[in-house]
Amino acid sequence: MSAIATERMVRANPLRRLLIRPETGAVVGSIAVWIFFAIIGVAQNNGFVSSRGTSSWLSVSAELAILAVPVALLMIGGEFDLSVGSMVGASGMIIAILSTQFGLNIWAAIVVALIFAVLVGTLNGYLVMRTRLPSFIVTLGTGYILLGTTTGVTSLVTNGLTVVNGIDQVPGYSSAHAIFATALGGGQQYPIEIVWALALVTLATWLLLGTSFGNWIFGVGGDANAARNTGVPVTRVKILLFIGTALGACLLAIIQDVTFTNADVLRGVGSEFYAIVAAVVGGVLLTGGYGSAIGAMFGALVFGIVEEGIVFAGIDANWYKAFIGLILLLAVLLNSYVRKLALEARR
Amino acid sequence: MNTQTASLIEVQSVSKIFGSVIALKDISMKVNAGEVMCLLGDNGAGKSTLIKILSGVHQPSEGRYLFEGKEMHFSSPRDALGMGIATVYQDLAMIPLMGISRNFFLGTEPTKGWGPFRRFDVSHANRVTREELAKMGIQVRETTQPVGTLSGGERQSVAIARAVYFGAKVLILDEPTAALGVKEAGVVLRYIAQARARGLGVVFITHNPHHAYPIGDHFTILNRGSSYGTFAKSEISREELTAMMAGGEALEELSHELAEFAHTDEKARAALEAAAHEFGAAAEQLHVEQLPPAFEEAERRHDELPSVDGDGKR
Repeated sequence: MSAIATERMVRANPLRRLLIRPETGAVVGSIAVWIFFAIIGVAQNNGFVSSRGTSSWLSVSAELAILAVPVALLMIGGEFDLSVGSMVGASGMIIAILSTQFGLNIWAAIVVALIFAVLVGTLNGYLVMRTRLPSFIVTLGTGYILLGTTTGVTSLVTNGLTVVNGIDQVPGYSSAHAIFATALGGGQQYPIEIVWALALVTLATWLLLGTSFGNWIFGVGGDANAARNTGVPVTRVKILLFIGTALGACLLAIIQDVTFTNADVLRGVGSEFYAIVAAVVGGVLLTGGYGSAIGAMFGALVFGIVEEGIVFAGIDANWYKAFIGLILLLAVLLNSYVRKLALEARR
Repeated sequence: MNTQTASLIEVQSVSKIFGSVIALKDISMKVNAGEVMCLLGDNGAGKSTLIKILSGVHQPSEGRYLFEGKEMHFSSPRDALGMGIATVYQDLAMIPLMGISRNFFLGTEPTKGWGPFRRFDVSHANRVTREELAKMGIQVRETTQPVGTLSGGERQSVAIARAVYFGAKVLILDEPTAALGVKEAGVVLRYIAQARARGLGVVFITHNPHHAYPIGDHFTILNRGSSYGTFAKSEISREELTAMMAGGEALEELSHELAEFAHTDEKARAALEAAAHEFGAAAEQLHVEQLPPAFEEAERRHDELPSVDGDGKR
């Protein structure tokens, strides 16, 4: 070993290694906000730290995580999807209308919604790759088209309604309820969507870190051109990621349809931004190429804890968005600092 | 020049014409296994066009391109890569935020397992990356550290190691030392020597004769789209190479012009003196013992100038 070798063998500072992990900020952040609201909770004895309180913020977080984790993968791949919010409403309505108005078995309606999601994701990805326009704009457009069409079609089919009820009356509901909406744990407090969210995070993490496809996601997000030069099928990877976000939205719609036994065309509106914020708070870089699914999950946890914490503390819920905005800004600052640290010459 | 065994790659009187511009005219060169062919030329000499022909991006307008003695018509860089002709471009096709081993195997990840459980064999990737880099004499602290933390020379070396590992027979290196400091450039030159020792044919593109001379076995010098010819190391000295590279005529022209000015303007005389001084200093820096003829010509003209009186008039 030459002189250069010894110079290179300096151990990395373990603290620094922990700091440059994408999800560190969100883990610390979610613990911090939990402690904050737990202190208030104990002082007010408001039930935040009880099983009921825990279940409520876990439930909110899980629903957001189901959206945010696929969105995080897409963002690591260098693209945005602003149509996921409309996608929740659209696929929820497809299931509701097909099952309540046309008498389809709910499982058949779910399959139709999933196929629809694959089509929408493919269309989004194809449009973005074909036009080379920013995905931000393309999916904003497809999102509005989806929202408008869903509202229009629902209104036509139901004579002017925007909410379709009665999903619990359709064939196949009880088995669907068992899989998508049952409650678990002692006292049946914890909705099964928490398990769905955890399964999704596990799958996404395995995909990202354990497969070739995951390597390609980092590659296309870091530098699509370089990735293409080394033989990564960039277009295919990105289209698959868009299909993933649409499927995530569809899964959330299924869970909500079965849980609430109704569908609302406006359900999910605005959540595309929450998903992006959760991913960014979770350490995903807005420019792509860096981030983790676990980070997005913790980003969603920050959301859930803050949202429910404010409710439990009896603070006016209008403050919620101000709080989230502040956390977003802090997270973005932290992320850009972490990236600088990650790319800094070895110390 | 003729050898019994076919060269790895050879171009015979190739030309490339873009519209009305003749980018390359009648270029012939060849690269043998275990040899470094240096392709030298100033900006605009046609180096990039020639690389693009060699790497399959462009088709020659005229002339033949032989790979291991057989005529080739590549329609894309992928074809050339498939034959083992790997090009390491200046931008390196590496992703700064990704780890070294993830970059190393990007697009050709090793997998283990079966069916839906087939997964990226991360430990294999890390081990191979570490081994391949060690063969090139690079020790990395962690193969997971982002490529962005490596220096320019190390990144070049990783790119070279990657091309070698994936079965390159010919390595085309586009100005690998251009943006590097002296030490870093030395490191890259050593890796080029390593690749040659492993039996690869290397095409080393540069405009720096001081990087080319120590490593090159043959030198092809391009100037304005045509070739000054190919020289074996034994046929050409470092000084001749430098002079040819600098474009002797251009310097001569410059000294003419400066001399013209000097006849009318005292300031130009000072400029000429400064320029001559600079040339001298540059030559010293470059360890050129013998100045190219152009320098001597410039000095002679300078000495011949009439002396100047106090008013700046002659």
